[in-house]
Amino acid sequence: MADELNNPHAPEIPGFVETATLVRPRPEEGPKDRTMVLNMGPQHPSTHGVLRVVLEIDGETVVKLVPDIGYLHTGIEKTCEAKFWQQVVPLTDRIDYLCPMTNNLAFCLAGEKLLQLEIPERAQWMRVLLNELTRLNSHLVWLGTHAMDIGALTVFLYTFREREEILRIFEHVSGQRMMTSYFRIGGLALDPPLDFFDSVQALIKILPEKIDEYENLLTGNPIFINRLKGVGYLSPADAVALGVTGPPARSTGIDWDLRRDMPYTGYEKFKFEVPISTEGDVWARYLVRLKEMRESVKICQQALDGMPEGPIKADAPHVVLPDREKMKTQMEALIYHFKIVTEGFQVPAGEVYQAVESPRGEMGYYAVSDGTAKPYRVHMRNPSFATLQALETMCVGRLIADVVAVIGSIDIVLGEIDR
Amino acid sequence: MGEALLNRQAVFEGLAQNVAIQALRAAHPDAMTDARFDRGELTLVIDADQIRAACRTLQTAGYNFLEDVTCVDWYPADPRFQVTYHILSHTLKERVRLHAMVGSLDPSIDSITPVWPSANYYEREVWDLFGIRFNGHPGLRRIMMPEEWEGHPLRKDYPVEGYR
Repeated sequence: MADELNNPHAPEIPGFVETATLVRPRPEEGPKDRTMVLNMGPQHPSTHGVLRVVLEIDGETVVKLVPDIGYLHTGIEKTCEAKFWQQVVPLTDRIDYLCPMTNNLAFCLAGEKLLQLEIPERAQWMRVLLNELTRLNSHLVWLGTHAMDIGALTVFLYTFREREEILRIFEHVSGQRMMTSYFRIGGLALDPPLDFFDSVQALIKILPEKIDEYENLLTGNPIFINRLKGVGYLSPADAVALGVTGPPARSTGIDWDLRRDMPYTGYEKFKFEVPISTEGDVWARYLVRLKEMRESVKICQQALDGMPEGPIKADAPHVVLPDREKMKTQMEALIYHFKIVTEGFQVPAGEVYQAVESPRGEMGYYAVSDGTAKPYRVHMRNPSFATLQALETMCVGRLIADVVAVIGSIDIVLGEIDR
Repeated sequence: MGEALLNRQAVFEGLAQNVAIQALRAAHPDAMTDARFDRGELTLVIDADQIRAACRTLQTAGYNFLEDVTCVDWYPADPRFQVTYHILSHTLKERVRLHAMVGSLDPSIDSITPVWPSANYYEREVWDLFGIRFNGHPGLRRIMMPEEWEGHPLRKDYPVEGYR
């Protein structure tokens, strides 16, 4: 074990001390006179959770930056292997707690692909609608916290006002504000309540003017512009090489959105623009995300206008739990219910990779089944985990204060990085 | 989704126009040991010694984006570890999955960080959780678990519950 720790491949930067040895600094390898090592996090408020960044700085300029992650590692992938397929859904909420529905969706789509289930139209449209609300929810948190990192404290109060409305809708439809677990393999958990569509309509009617309101506070604000413009530049080639996806990639000019280019759950039926910028800096990411919010509102409106009637669960009694009413009146439904709950359902052997566009980029679920009722392996490809690799490229040569702006602009969620 | 093609010959005949298959067959005729097309997804099994060359060929063929590197432990089968790569082409709008099988005794495989630098974190994660060494990786150390941790938690012979 010892020679695994003393890695021969460790980066050879003079004065840079590897994270493991930082606790016991060795004087002969300590920082040279010009640069010093500064530890940022894991309890720093602007690292959005428990991200720890080890900075090597020359004055205020960043020379080297190494993210240190794993503080929130809970072994979700290992836990999945010990659960039935349907029991994994609540675990996926906890990965990226700002977009629980996106996680639910990616996992359920992977399971449905393995089972080759047909999902009814209404369930698909509901999934689209709720996913776009989730995106709005996540972007509102991002906007509020990002602006707060920069010093514009007011915006946070405005965005959380609207976010509260979205969470209220989530609670209304699923019973939970954040850990929704509303999607199931085979459809949705419950019928949406009667006034659900009215409350969504009321919300998305006011949202465009609310977004105008945020823009009034920020887009023309000279302090905000000065802190963001030209900071944290990322080139399109670097974005591809470092695995960056989602708004950070689109702000460098990569025209790729999984909703449009590899549609899932019925996104091909919706009309929307994919905002692109070629600037590649923090400012471009800000503008791209704001435009994305406006597009999400449009998708929500289309979903509301065209919401089909019909069932919300697939016709697969061996996978989908029966209706409560049927269960009380039909023997067969009761048996299915008992079998699914106690023994789970068997998923045919095979492997699938299902990627969806989460608010942060490409979220992929790789699920392997060996034909039993428990997944053999579930792996999550998370957007923030990959994007974090680009942090150094974006920050080197800039000031420490810019690191805060860049971390805010890639919108990381540590829950999905560490899993 | 199309019909499942479950062996190499069927895939070569059914998907003769596929860019990934064409490129790999032309550049490394003996690298592809098996192929599957199931549930609309293409899986190519690559000889572990040629994984870096195969990735480079795919990159030049237009599969420009590495999405993910992970592993599946097929304990107690041998070879035990299945290192899995998901590679995407932005222009073709297609995805290909590569498998490389690695044995259980001191498992190691070539790192693909020279082809895609983004493999850095993914490979560190596989090393941390499965204990597979990636030769030529620029800084292979644990990423999720504490540095002094013993064992590799995602291996199938590592318990789900209880202390180490």
